[in-house]
This record gives sequence, structure tokens and C-alpha cells, in this order.
Amino acid sequence: MASYDKRFSGRKFDDMREIEAKVGIIKRADGSALFKIGDTIAIAAVYGPRELHPRFLQNPETGILRCNYDMTSFSVPERKRPGPNRRGVEISLVTEKALLPVMELKQFANSVVDVFIEIVQANAGTRCAGISAAALALAHAGIPMKDLVAAISVGKVGGKVLIDLDKEEEDVEDATDIPIAMTGRKNEITLLQLDGNLTKKELVEAMKLAKQGCEKINKIQQKALKDAYKSEVE
Amino acid sequence: MNNEYILSLIQQDKRVDERKFDEYRKIIIETNVSKNAEGSARCKIGDTEVIVGVKMNVGEPYPDSPDEGTIIVTAELSPIASPLFELGPPGSQATELARIVDRGIRESKAIDFKKLCVKEGEKIWMVFIDIYPLNDDGNLIDASVLATLTALKHAKFPKIENDKVLFGECSDKKLPLNKTPVTFTFGKIGDKILLDLNSKEESVIDSRLSVSVFEGNIHAMQKGGDKAISPEDVEKMVDIAIKKEKELRSMIK
Repeated sequence: MASYDKRFSGRKFDDMREIEAKVGIIKRADGSALFKIGDTIAIAAVYGPRELHPRFLQNPETGILRCNYDMTSFSVPERKRPGPNRRGVEISLVTEKALLPVMELKQFANSVVDVFIEIVQANAGTRCAGISAAALALAHAGIPMKDLVAAISVGKVGGKVLIDLDKEEEDVEDATDIPIAMTGRKNEITLLQLDGNLTKKELVEAMKLAKQGCEKINKIQQKALKDAYKSEVE
Repeated sequence: MNNEYILSLIQQDKRVDERKFDEYRKIIIETNVSKNAEGSARCKIGDTEVIVGVKMNVGEPYPDSPDEGTIIVTAELSPIASPLFELGPPGSQATELARIVDRGIRESKAIDFKKLCVKEGEKIWMVFIDIYPLNDDGNLIDASVLATLTALKHAKFPKIENDKVLFGECSDKKLPLNKTPVTFTFGKIGDKILLDLNSKEESVIDSRLSVSVFEGNIHAMQKGGDKAISPEDVEKMVDIAIKKEKELRSMIK
């Protein structure tokens, strides 16, 4: 692509797609959340703290956070075989690492807090949506946390640095995709991956966009949590 | 809430949520819950929630049915839905759920497999039906059947060019669904027969029977649970299923 002057979707380069967040969507779980960004829909459920099996994984010093990311078979245009694959295993790992810095699990020795993420509909940015949903679900479950975590992908398409790539943009040749997660108060990075090619200047610009995006998402997350308690009081 | 309490209520002809024995919880069905699926639906029965997606692809027919397509039903009991579900390959409960749904459709000939033929002996449509419970509060079977039938009813074939499927592009052609055989799952607790058991009730059942019916005909049955069941009870359950099938079917829009 020579130059990308106008986004396919008509969005501005620093515009994210429409976001919707809600907690308490899965009754059986200890905490749950939905996070929707454009056509990407992630849901997350938290179970725990509960006893960790097998026993040899237990840690007498602290509770353990365990994340699992999965896509439904019909979330993508060509059916994905149900169940785990290498991509999902890696995303589960980086999701865990993205959330761990804010977790306070010391008091839950030998226990596990399980987070299950399911992508119901995919249009790029699924791992970030999953992380934003998971952080909400953990807070909704009442697991002690120092802060919330929000995640968004930034990147470069046709030479332009932009936020929240959709599928059409992700598929552009030489598109660079940078999923970033940040803590709410201190804007510290807890997830950073990069696929593509860009200069340091562009990276700095992208990180700045990510910071703005995560701040907006953080506000939406806070509102979703407050709304849940508001409706409980009513 | 302990099991003894649930049992004592049932002996007094009462249920924990004050329903009648043959009364379903509130059923809500939505379509098009996932855009990339050729058809999709969500079914909520009370707090139980299941989503189903239909995906299609072309494949080769079986040698013994060269002019027939096929359906492939899978259920993923993701641990997102219940503290009792675990990660890993589908276990016996997931496999049973998928097979009950499969047989209801297959045996009633709800889909004419001959209409899924693209080129005899070479190419046929494979219809993948994938079931994902999101919250298990009992009666996943009936919820899965309702979601599946709704997803199939709204499913459209993908576009096809030179025998290659253009994924993400739907044609206007609807998947031909002739019948909508609904499934009723009964629980026997003591000498009582209940419909639409929630997860607390399911934990105290003696036996379970799923009955798939369409216009008075029975197309599939499956007995579950640890205890035996009498022929008279089977008759009673079938009678209820046939009596209530219209009402339940009317939920499928």
C-alpha cells in the first residue's frame, strides 16, 4: 500500500471502534464480563480462588493466576477446529502475564484463580479484548487487585501509525500490529508484542496512542463495575 | 441450599424456584450472535445459556452415500460455564450432548442430506454445528437443541466459486430445514417427574430421559442418570413431550 490517507472504516487514526463493557454476564461464575470493541466480542469468567489440582502445582507462598484463551469455532470466517492450538496457548500465557502485575494473591496460598476467555466473534484485537474483559471479570469476582488493566492494539498500516486495527487493516501487506496492555493508574505496560516493521519514532508515537486508548478503556471498565453495583442496590 | 431440602420440597410437589413440575423457566432465543458464522443463535433457559454456531465447508462424500452431505455436531463444555467443567478434550458429557443433538436432527431427517450434495461422488456440504454452553444452570440438552434449530433455520450457504468456498461471504440461499424436532429432557426424582431441571435439581436426579419429538413422532431418545426407569414412566414422559411440543417449538423464531 502506497499511502493510507483515509481508514477503510472512515475512523480517524486515533479513533477506536465503539466499545461496550458489562460485568455479571455469567451467573455460575464468581466473576464475569463482556468486552466488545467493534465486531470483536470477548467474554471472560473467573472461578476461584479454589483448590489447585494437580497438587504439585500448588504454591504455599501465594495463589496462582491461570488464564485460558479460546476462540469459538465459528468466531472466524473459516471454521477453527474447537479446542486448544499453539496460538491460543501463547495468548493464554501473555494474558496471564498481562494481569499478574496487578494481582494480590499472597493470601490465597495453594489456591488458583482461573480465568477463562472465550472469543465469540472475531474482527482483530481479540487478545486485547480478552485481557480487558478478564481484568473486569477479576475485579467483579472481588479478587484483590492493585489496579485494573486495559489493552488495545496499535500499529502501522500503509505508513500511518494508528490505534485499534480492524481485520481489514491487519490484513494489509506490511501492517504492523502491537498489542499493548497498561495498568490504569500508572500506565505501566504489562503486555507488549510486536509483529511487523517500524522505527523507534513510530513506536513512541504508537505507545502514546496506546496510552490514550487504555485510559479511555479504563474509564469504560470503571463505569461497567460501578453500574453493576448500582443496579444491585436498586 | 442442600440436597435434602431440594428433595423434601419435591416430595411436597414443590420446586426450589416455585415452578410447576412440567413448567420451563423463561426461554429467550436470539439469532445472529456471531457474524462470521453462517448461522448462529443464543438460547437462555433461566440462567442457563448456550450459543451455537453453524459453519459450512465442502468436503468429500462417504463412499456409501455419494450424493449426500452431512452434519458434524460438537459440544465444547468450556470451563467458562461451570466450576465443574475442566479444560481438555471433550469428555463423555460433551460427547453425549453433541450426539443427542445430532441424532434429533439426523433421525428426523430435519435436513435433507441429498440437498447438501454439490457434485455427486465428489463434493458435498459439511454442516458443522458447534455448541458452546456459556452458563450451566441445568438442562443444557434442551437449550442446545433450541439454539441449534434456530441457528440452522437462519443459516445461509457460503458463496462457492470453482468448488472453493469463499469464507466470509454468504449467499442468499438458505439451508433447507424441513422440521424442527424439539427435545424435552425429564428428570425422575423419587416418584416425581420434572421438566427443565436446574443444576441444583440435576444434582439429585435418579434418572433422566431426553425425548426428541416432531408432530407426534419420536425421533430420538436417551436415558441418563444412575437409576432405572419404568416403561410406564417412559410413556408418561412421551405423552408430556407430545402434548407440549407445539408450545416449545413456538420459541424458535
